[in-house]
Amino acid sequence: MDPELIFHLPSDVLRIEDAVEKVVARCHRIIELERRASRVRMNLRVALSEALSNAMLYGNGADRSKRVRVELTITAKAIITRVTDEGPGFDYEHVPDPTTPESLLKPDGRGIFLMRRLLDEVSFNDRGNSVTLLLRRDPVRRE
Amino acid sequence: MPFIVEQSGAITVISVTGHLIVANRQELKHVVLERLRTGDREFLVDFAETGYIDSSGLGVLVSLSKKVREQGGELRLAALNEDLRTLFQLTKLDTLFTIVDSREEGLRDS
Repeated sequence: MDPELIFHLPSDVLRIEDAVEKVVARCHRIIELERRASRVRMNLRVALSEALSNAMLYGNGADRSKRVRVELTITAKAIITRVTDEGPGFDYEHVPDPTTPESLLKPDGRGIFLMRRLLDEVSFNDRGNSVTLLLRRDPVRRE
Repeated sequence: MPFIVEQSGAITVISVTGHLIVANRQELKHVVLERLRTGDREFLVDFAETGYIDSSGLGVLVSLSKKVREQGGELRLAALNEDLRTLFQLTKLDTLFTIVDSREEGLRDS
């Protein structure tokens, strides 16, 4: 299925808010009446914000000349957002649990954890520079 | 400016109007640290008008809370809606902060 939306951003965190709203607005046009629309409002916003922030700051090393690609695909069953950076990749398999007592007071390390808890599926490509966020749809049944 | 700062007796109330995210967390940090430097010790962050908070926003609250505590004060949180409260519960940060239902409750119980 062709993506509903594709765009690129420079690695500038000031651009994250607008990018998130652009994706959410496109989703809402399509799934406004679904029971899970509230999950788009919060869960997708936060998770996408995390993915963009990771891509810009860690993937692309905050180098503004490097870009982040965002793809949104909406199928009958899910909203799928893919965020890809130009970096060397990220070791997504070794992310410490930020909720342990020793990690709780740390100011960082919650991004990937939140993505995984807020969405139905989070997957990375082998290189680790592209994350796919999947939120299942729950269409309202018409009688 | 996504933060409105008001004084209510000894309490510095900071309203987050918009999102608390990677793009503006430094502004909140600056506001609190500046007030801490000039002697304020009791902070109440009001989230009644907040959209969402990302992990950077949560992180800055953790870091500021620690700094305020080191100076003998407290940074409390008020008026988290259900969605925002879920973020604190998922990350177990609800165990780290005093969270009150409203600004009024936060000012009354200080």
